[in-house]
Amino acid sequence: MNDTFVILLVGCMVASSCALVGTFLVLRKMALLGDAISHSVLPGIAIGFLLTQSRSSLVMVAGAGALGVLTVFLVERLQRTGRLYADASIGVVFPALFAVGVILISRYASMIDLDLDCVLYGEIAYTPWDLVVVAGKTVGPRAVWVTGLTLLLNLVVVGLFFKELKLVSFDPGLCEALGFRPVRLHYLLMALVSVTVVAAFESVGAILVVAMLVVPPSVAYLLVDRLILMLISAVAAGCIAVFAGYGLARMVDGSIAGGMAVAAGGLFILAFLFSPRYGLIATWIRGRRATGSSAGPNSVL
Amino acid sequence: MEWTFTVRIVLAGSALLGLTGGVLGCFALLRRQSLLSDALAHAALPGVCLAFLITGSKSPEVLLAGAMVAGVLGAFAILAVIRNSRIKEDSAIGIILSVFFGAGIVLLTWIQKLPAGNQSGLDRFLFGQAATMGTDDIRLLSVVAVLVLCAVVLFFKEFKLVSFDQGFGVSLGLPVKLLEFGLTALLVLVVVIGLQMVGVVLMVATLVTPAAAARQWTDRLGLMLLLSGGIGAVSGSVGALASATLPRVPTGPAIVLVSSVILVFSLMLAPRRGMVWAMLQDRQVERRIRRENLLKDLYLAGERGTGFTSWVTLPILMGYRGLTGAGLLRSARRLVKNSHLERSGDQLRLTVEGIREAAKVVRKHRLWESYLSRRLELPPDHLHRDAEMMEHALSDEVVDDLDRRLGYPECDPHGKPIPREQS
Repeated sequence: MNDTFVILLVGCMVASSCALVGTFLVLRKMALLGDAISHSVLPGIAIGFLLTQSRSSLVMVAGAGALGVLTVFLVERLQRTGRLYADASIGVVFPALFAVGVILISRYASMIDLDLDCVLYGEIAYTPWDLVVVAGKTVGPRAVWVTGLTLLLNLVVVGLFFKELKLVSFDPGLCEALGFRPVRLHYLLMALVSVTVVAAFESVGAILVVAMLVVPPSVAYLLVDRLILMLISAVAAGCIAVFAGYGLARMVDGSIAGGMAVAAGGLFILAFLFSPRYGLIATWIRGRRATGSSAGPNSVL
Repeated sequence: MEWTFTVRIVLAGSALLGLTGGVLGCFALLRRQSLLSDALAHAALPGVCLAFLITGSKSPEVLLAGAMVAGVLGAFAILAVIRNSRIKEDSAIGIILSVFFGAGIVLLTWIQKLPAGNQSGLDRFLFGQAATMGTDDIRLLSVVAVLVLCAVVLFFKEFKLVSFDQGFGVSLGLPVKLLEFGLTALLVLVVVIGLQMVGVVLMVATLVTPAAAARQWTDRLGLMLLLSGGIGAVSGSVGALASATLPRVPTGPAIVLVSSVILVFSLMLAPRRGMVWAMLQDRQVERRIRRENLLKDLYLAGERGTGFTSWVTLPILMGYRGLTGAGLLRSARRLVKNSHLERSGDQLRLTVEGIREAAKVVRKHRLWESYLSRRLELPPDHLHRDAEMMEHALSDEVVDDLDRRLGYPECDPHGKPIPREQS
C-alpha cells in the first residue's frame, strides 16, 4: 500500500471513530471528560505494555479501557461527595493518573520500547512501516487493522444503542423513566471513548485525540440540529480535517497530527463565522432584521 | 543524593512554583476555572514557539512573553466562542486547548528541523524539565512569585469579592471586569512560568490540587490561601527531593503525586468535611437511633400492660426489630452506664430516668403522627413509617411547638396516649 494512502486511511478512521463518540460527549457537555480520559489511560497503556512487552496486545487496550472507566468513576465519586466542584474533580484526577503513567514509563523506559513523545503527540508518519505478520504473511499495516476494528466497534455500538444514546443525551430523566439504565449507558460510552482513545494514541497521540473528539462534533453542532445529521457531519468534518491537516503538515514539514488539529480548528472558525443557522454572521443578520437596529454582534469581551 | 547545585536550584524552583501555584489555584478553584487553567497551559505552547521564531532568542523572558500573549489570546478565544455561539463551555475549552496545542506541536516540529532549532530546548515545555533550570530561571520565578503574592495581599478583598459575589462587587462600584482580567492574567503568568518545570499536562495539578486539598480544611479564604500555598510548597520540595533521590523519576510527576496524596489525605481526614469524620458521625447517629429504639420498645412493652419498670427478656426485645442479642446488648451497655436501664442476666428494665427519655421519643412519634393526620390529612396507615424517622430527628423545642399548635392532644390518631413530662 502507498504510504500516503495508509496515513490518510488511518487518519480518517481515527477521525471517524472519535467523531462518533465525541458527538455524544459534546452533546452531554462532557467534552473535558474525554480530555481527561485521553490523558489518564497512560498508566493503563504502560502497565499493559510492561506486562506483555508488546504494543499490539489486547492487554494494553484492556488496561487503558479499565483506566478510562476508573477515571470516570473517580471523577464522579469525588463530585458526589460534595467536597469538590465538578471541574476541579476532573482537574485533580487526570493529572494524578497521568503522573503515574509518566513515572512508570520513564522508570522502565530502558526496558520497553515505548516512547513518551510518541505516545503523547503521536507519529502517524510511521504507521505505514509497522506491519502485521500473520502466519508468515504480511497482511498490512497494524494501525490500519487497529483503527479499522475500532471504527467498526464504534459503528456497531452506536448503531445498536442509537435510540438509547440519543435519549440519554437529550433527556436522561425520561431515559431512566422508560426503563433504560442511564448509568450503564454512560459507562458504556466512556468505555468506548477509552478504547477509541487508545486506538488513536499511536497515530495522533494522547493530547491531539482531544482535537478529534471535540472539534469535529462542535463543527457539526454549529451546522445541524438532528442527531443523525450531526454524527454524519462530524465524521465528514473529521475526515476533511485529516486531509487538510496532512497537506498543511507536508507544506511546513511539521507534525501531521498537529496539522490535523490545526485544520480542525480552521474548520471550526469557518463554521463559527459562516454557519447558515448558528454562525456569527447569520445570527447577526437575523438579529438586525428582527430588531431593525444597527447594533453589531455581541461584543467579544 | 548529592546536595549539588542543580538539586538546590530545582528544590528552590519547585517550592516557589508550588507556593505561587497553590495561592493562585485557590482563585481558579473557587471561580470554577480549574480546567480553564489546563487550557491556558496548552494554549501557551504556540506562543513559546512563535516567540523563538520571531526573536531567535531562547531567554526565559522572551519565551515567557510569547507564552503570555498566547495564553491570554486563548482565554479570550474561549470566552468569545462561549458568548457568540451555541457551543458550551466544556467544548469551547476542549477546542481551544487542542487546536492551540496542535499549532504548537506543528511549530515545534518545524523549529526542530531548522538549523538553529535543534538545541532550542523548547521541548522542555512539553513535559517540563526542572533539571534544566538555571539561576536566571529562578530569578524570574522569584520575581513572579513576589509579584503574584503582593498582588494577592494588596487586592485580597477585591479578589475575594470577585470570586464569591460578582453582583455585589458591581454594586459597590468595583471594576469587576478589570479585576477578573487581572486574576486571569496572574493565572496565565504562573501557568507559563510553571510550564518549563512541570510541563503542559501537569500544570493544572500544581494549581488545582493544593487548592482542592486546602479547601477541605477551612471555609475561610485567607486561611485557604495560606494552606494551599503551604501544601504547594511542601509538594514541590518533597517532589523535587524524591526526583533527585530516586533514579529516573521526573520532577513534575513526582510533585503532582505528592500533592495528590495530600489531597486524598485531606478528603479523608479533614475535620468536619473529611469522609472519615462524616462516617464516624453517621455511626454515632446510627447508635443513638438504636438506643432510642431500645428505650422505646421497653416503654411500649410496659404500656401493653406489665408496667413501665417491669423486666423484659432479651428474646422478646430481639423479636421486635429482628435484632441480634449482641447488638441489643451493645446498645444496652451505654444506657446502663447512663442509668437509663438496669440489667440482670438477659433481662432489661427502664429506670425512672429511662422512662422519661423513652417517653420523649414516644411523644415525638405520636405527636408527629397526629400532625400528619390532622394537618396533612394522611390516612392512619400512612403515619407510622414517617414518624419512625422523625422521632429521632425532631428537637425538643420543635416538638413543644408542635404540641402547642396541635392544642395539646390527649391521644394520637391510633388512640394511644401521648406522654407528657409531669412537672
